[in-house]
Amino acid sequence: MDINFSLLIPEFIVVGFAFLVLIISLLVPEIQKKGLGYVSIFGLLFTLISLYLMMNVQDSLLQGMYIVDPFATFIKMLIVLSSIMVLLLGTEYVYRLINEYYSEFCFLVLFATLGMMALVSAGDFITLYVALELMTITFIVLVGFWTRNTKSSEAAIKYILLSALSSAVLLYGLTLIYGVTGTTLINDVVGTIGKSFDNSILLVGLVFLISGFGFKVSAVPFHMWTPDVYEGAPTPVTALLSVASKGAALAVFFRVFLKGLAGISTLWIPILITITVLTIMLGNFVAIPQKNIKRLLAFSGVAQAGYILLGLVAFTTFGVASSLFYLALYVFSNLGAFGVVIAFSQAGGGDQISDYNGLWKRSPLLAAVMLICLLSLAGIPPLVGFVGKFHLFRAVMEQGYVWLVFVALGMSMVSVYYYLLVAKAMYLKNPKTNDAVKVPIGMQITLLATMVITIFLGLYQTPLINLTISVAETFF
Amino acid sequence: MITLNHYLLLSAMLFCIGLYGALAKKNAIAILISIELMLNAVNINLVAFTKYLTPGVFTGQIFAIFVIVVAACEVAIGLAIIVAIYRNRTTTIVENLDWLKW
Repeated sequence: MDINFSLLIPEFIVVGFAFLVLIISLLVPEIQKKGLGYVSIFGLLFTLISLYLMMNVQDSLLQGMYIVDPFATFIKMLIVLSSIMVLLLGTEYVYRLINEYYSEFCFLVLFATLGMMALVSAGDFITLYVALELMTITFIVLVGFWTRNTKSSEAAIKYILLSALSSAVLLYGLTLIYGVTGTTLINDVVGTIGKSFDNSILLVGLVFLISGFGFKVSAVPFHMWTPDVYEGAPTPVTALLSVASKGAALAVFFRVFLKGLAGISTLWIPILITITVLTIMLGNFVAIPQKNIKRLLAFSGVAQAGYILLGLVAFTTFGVASSLFYLALYVFSNLGAFGVVIAFSQAGGGDQISDYNGLWKRSPLLAAVMLICLLSLAGIPPLVGFVGKFHLFRAVMEQGYVWLVFVALGMSMVSVYYYLLVAKAMYLKNPKTNDAVKVPIGMQITLLATMVITIFLGLYQTPLINLTISVAETFF
Repeated sequence: MITLNHYLLLSAMLFCIGLYGALAKKNAIAILISIELMLNAVNINLVAFTKYLTPGVFTGQIFAIFVIVVAACEVAIGLAIIVAIYRNRTTTIVENLDWLKW
């Protein structure tokens, strides 16, 4: 059996740099460790280039256990891009506040990226499970690695207990599906599943599977961990968790349900609609009374996951393409918002929304980036969030779920309210002090980049839409 | 004669006991033990399916080995975090870990 190793080049680069950073961190003196962050960014840039070159490859390894297709490559590019931006935004924060574990942060981010990349490419249940756990366990360590901060440990223990519970439930579902179909390959599941259609075991397995994946994408009613973990974790880790881990979990959710379980879509679409509606409604309503900006962004992230799931409900090429488009814009807008939180708290500010009072006087850049990103997440017209929501709603409308569009649209208006509460604090209230917030130049550039991309994609989105449509065609 | 159904019943019972323990126990270590029970239920399922449904193809058995290995990693991390939190707070009762609102 010959294996085409060239398909794994991006993964090899990430592993190589992860071990390189791990070994260098043991050799160099404490004072020179600052450079490790840049080595990691350098490695991820290489990965991004190799992924870009592989954009059109459609192949698989080991009889389909590891799939490399445009869908996987597209999501991997988003994941690597968000890891790069988190490293750019977060190294300064971690270096200042969690100096003793700075090098651990660098290589753990690389390993988490590897886990997410493998998860996106997983073609069978064993690969899926191992990749999922590689991602989750790395994130648990990252959430809890600020050991001096007891909130961080508390977040980590909540995360590990709940995620271990959810992966046990997910695994039970996977074994039931394995029992019904006799195979663990996602591509083979689709062929065997039609023969035993009215099988109650299959339905039980399906429910377990949805709850397991629902936990990872933080869909209601499996979202309970999200606000606590987001609040307790170091902010750069929260940013990565909210963007990359959610994106990877959504990608594998899409792959399993669109490839493996497509034949029984009449069984799972009603369950999914219920979850989506609950997610959008609860995420937006519970975000309103939040006082902590990280908790607010956590609940807004829950709601955004609900919007992305609308594309899966639509179950068409255009629906999946709009989901991918929305995921791409969510990466930039959400990272921009979290970038501001990172920059503000590293300059000594708190995480309460009242701490952001009068931010525009203290740092016009931070206030502008925050405003643009939040308005984009809310879906205000000239920005990219509007385009994303418009396409998602259109895709769902074409399938006849008009009431669903009205619910999502109404909740989207609710979301404008709590996003504007932050804007109100930043622009209309008076600051406690007038000291300028110092932001390092690297962070300024990254924040500006997220803002410019958010505005630019809103005005000129055709290439990205065409790309997502061609990517989504891998499923249909 | 022991059939596949017996194994599935055993595994379902074990899973439910584990789930009950994970949700009802107060001590973080007891919760981790309960989660191990759930993972062992998964392993029984996998091995039983392999024996009765696909004899000669060992995918399920290999899956079970992966589950055992990953579960060990998870417990190692979990215990490390419990030790870290016990040093700060001198408690492993999850109800007392309420600095972040649940």
